[in-house]
Amino acid sequence: MNDSTPMHDSRVDLAIIGAGPAGLAAAITASGLGLTVSVLDEGRRPGGQIYRGIEDAPARGEQWMTLLGEDYARGLDLVKRFRASTAQYRPEHSVFDIAPDGGLGILGPDGAHWIEAERVLVATGAMERPVPLPGWTLPGVMGAGAAQTLLKSSALVPGARTVIAGSGPLVYLVARQMQTGGANLVAVLDTTPRANYRRAAPLLARAMLAGNEIRKGLAWRREVKKATPLFRTGVRNVHVEGVDAVEAVSFETGGGRGRVDCELVLLHEGIVPNTQLAMAAEADHDYDELQACWRPRLDAFGRSSAPGILVAGDGGGIAGADLAVEAGHLAALAVAADLERISHAEAVERGAAARAAIERKSALRRFLDTLYRPRDEVLAPSHDDTLVCRCEEVTAGELRQIAAMGCSGPNQAKAFTRCGMGPCQGRMCGLTAAAVLARAGGRSMAEVGHLRIRPPIKPITVGELAALDGVGPPPDAGPLLPTAPDEGTD
Amino acid sequence: MANADVAVIGGGIHGCSAALNLARRGLKVIVLERDRVGRHASSANAGGVRTLLRHEAEIPLALEARKIWHDIARDVGEDCGYHTTGQVAVAETEAVLDDLAARHGRLQDLGYDHEELIDARTLKELVPGIAQNVLGGLVARGDGAASPFHATRAFRRAAEAEGVHIHEAAQVSRLEQAGSGWRVHWNGTSADVGTVVNTAGAWGDRVAAMVGETIALSWFLPMMMVTGRVERFLDPVVINTSRPLSFKQMPNGTLLIGGGRPAQGDREKMTYRLDVKGLRASAQTVCDLFPLLQDAPIVRAWAGFEGRFEDDIPVIGPSRVAKGIFHAFGFCGHGFQLSPIVGRLMAELVTEGKTSLPIDGFAVDRFDAAPNSHAPASRPQENPGH
Repeated sequence: MNDSTPMHDSRVDLAIIGAGPAGLAAAITASGLGLTVSVLDEGRRPGGQIYRGIEDAPARGEQWMTLLGEDYARGLDLVKRFRASTAQYRPEHSVFDIAPDGGLGILGPDGAHWIEAERVLVATGAMERPVPLPGWTLPGVMGAGAAQTLLKSSALVPGARTVIAGSGPLVYLVARQMQTGGANLVAVLDTTPRANYRRAAPLLARAMLAGNEIRKGLAWRREVKKATPLFRTGVRNVHVEGVDAVEAVSFETGGGRGRVDCELVLLHEGIVPNTQLAMAAEADHDYDELQACWRPRLDAFGRSSAPGILVAGDGGGIAGADLAVEAGHLAALAVAADLERISHAEAVERGAAARAAIERKSALRRFLDTLYRPRDEVLAPSHDDTLVCRCEEVTAGELRQIAAMGCSGPNQAKAFTRCGMGPCQGRMCGLTAAAVLARAGGRSMAEVGHLRIRPPIKPITVGELAALDGVGPPPDAGPLLPTAPDEGTD
Repeated sequence: MANADVAVIGGGIHGCSAALNLARRGLKVIVLERDRVGRHASSANAGGVRTLLRHEAEIPLALEARKIWHDIARDVGEDCGYHTTGQVAVAETEAVLDDLAARHGRLQDLGYDHEELIDARTLKELVPGIAQNVLGGLVARGDGAASPFHATRAFRRAAEAEGVHIHEAAQVSRLEQAGSGWRVHWNGTSADVGTVVNTAGAWGDRVAAMVGETIALSWFLPMMMVTGRVERFLDPVVINTSRPLSFKQMPNGTLLIGGGRPAQGDREKMTYRLDVKGLRASAQTVCDLFPLLQDAPIVRAWAGFEGRFEDDIPVIGPSRVAKGIFHAFGFCGHGFQLSPIVGRLMAELVTEGKTSLPIDGFAVDRFDAAPNSHAPASRPQENPGH
């Protein structure tokens, strides 16, 4: 059984980062094949974002499970199978460094350790795309996904007058869950551009054949529309208004400008892969124009270009929880084959069903990606005074200025403006800053590149780093290291 | 073909300073920078403006440079984020304190008084919050720190204002003799110049090789890390001698931790990976010296390529094989402070053939003698101050 006994197996076959659907599925498969597996999770209980709080949910009653839906309930079985496996579970552990060969710097309740894994599976999922629009940094604005996290983990339904503005399936899922839970949802503003419907229409028929997701989504939407006092589609130019906190949201539709008083605004423009770890491990990434995000270059089993590193789940490209389970399974097979526990032929054979499932859903994915491709305005805000980097308070206008001065990309922007140099390490602003610079300089995202990610990837204090165990002493002073009193560095 | 009097190869702060000073002497100067200005050591260094604990050969240059730093805006038109804060070297052991005292005596014999030997009490006044067990140290009260990014940019702008043409993304591929001067080739174009100044830092040996000169340069990647903002408690830059560390609180309250522990890298690809073991060692030294900083969060860490010679001082002077080629590179992780003066000396060297300060100790031919005839790269305990 896997529990967080303070063991220090500093060497395992497979270290899995993240305990969402991909990580859990991989742990179940890999430990079933006899691999030693350690699952590092920032959460306190397994489930990741999608199945957050799943182990506590049944005790909250049937009504609660109904509110969160059958997709959520499916997580319970996965978590149970993980708990029954031999995989070791390390809750409340963050990863602050990752080496391309499988070394990991981890930080948990008992301090910082360096562990070595034959293979590392990055299963860190997705994060909400930042939505930089006027007023987005006011207190009272949060991501719709973050609101859903509160709902799942603390059964917290906001009582304030709430507006949801944005685009994507999660808008309707969260709206419906809020309404079922009794939230005071005064408006839903769907920002999906009309042109996206036209582009996606030819893809609809095949997408509907791929499963019942679209019917389900349309049903959510009907329910939400019926239950929401103000429901608008084709919404543009959303501004959050307020002085010290949110007071209202104003917006534009085909029918002119509208405004709605509120105290809480939930913004959502889709999710993007959380690529911090794969980038820090120096895996190659490509910019996906349709999903408008970076994704690691992976083979069919999730192997990245970095020798010891695999990626599964939404962290490798947005595909949703069900396919994350399949991808986690495939990655575990790849590791078992690479470590010679099973043959490569066996890995291919055992993975055939998972690969077929992924293939089956590809038409649905294409439809959703086309329908919900973010507007240019979301990717690169046009208002000069909209903040891009919240940590260092850098605006879109400042980035356009330095682009005019010859700044060629987000890494160089750091020197000009400190953009991306705050505590979030560019997680929030990296995509937006690159997009603003790319647009201003008339270049592609691939040309301007992404922020380099270096340790510490997660916050660690000087004292915790000083007490890091599991690594040897630093390289001997040797001829390269200045140590004599008159040889110090500046 | 845009011909010029001088081509400066390498657009770091030394290249920009040399170009600025050459242009001030009326020469037409181009700077050829392979990447962008200040890409490597010029922006990745910690910004220390230090005369303290300098190699004896560097002291006259460092003292002259310090005068320029004290009024840097007059020289380059911007303050470069410079502040005189003092620099303090601390001794954690009796042995180190003895070494520092011996160095202090030697400098006095040589007539230098910029370093001051201080006892534990004075040290604790200068550096409140330092661990109780420190025994004393050396202070250079006229030292300070500047912003490497702003300083490099200021030298660049000043050079451009004097008419210097800076070419970025200009990869020099070949140097060939043309008449009494040199033809410099880059990116499929070329220029004829009278003189070439090599300020190519960690790649300075490559430029030398283009004129057939072999120079035994190595390189390293000193790492730095910065913490989140903490309440102001520290004015001077603190350096440690027995364990590499330089440590300062920036004007915005963050702490910059440097000191030379290296990352691993690839000089060809210009990529590197931070070494967590080295970062841990620096963090340990910080915790030992400043126990109160245990809880400061580390926000970022980075490193930059820097050239290095085995005796830990740069090469400054004419090529020993080719006429009209002058070198200034391989500053071993402590060249930032020297940049204003070395630029002047290079301009003197090119235009007059001599310099106003001694540079014999930096001659490139010092490596040609038998390997055991010059001072070995010293280790702290055995040979703390030359």
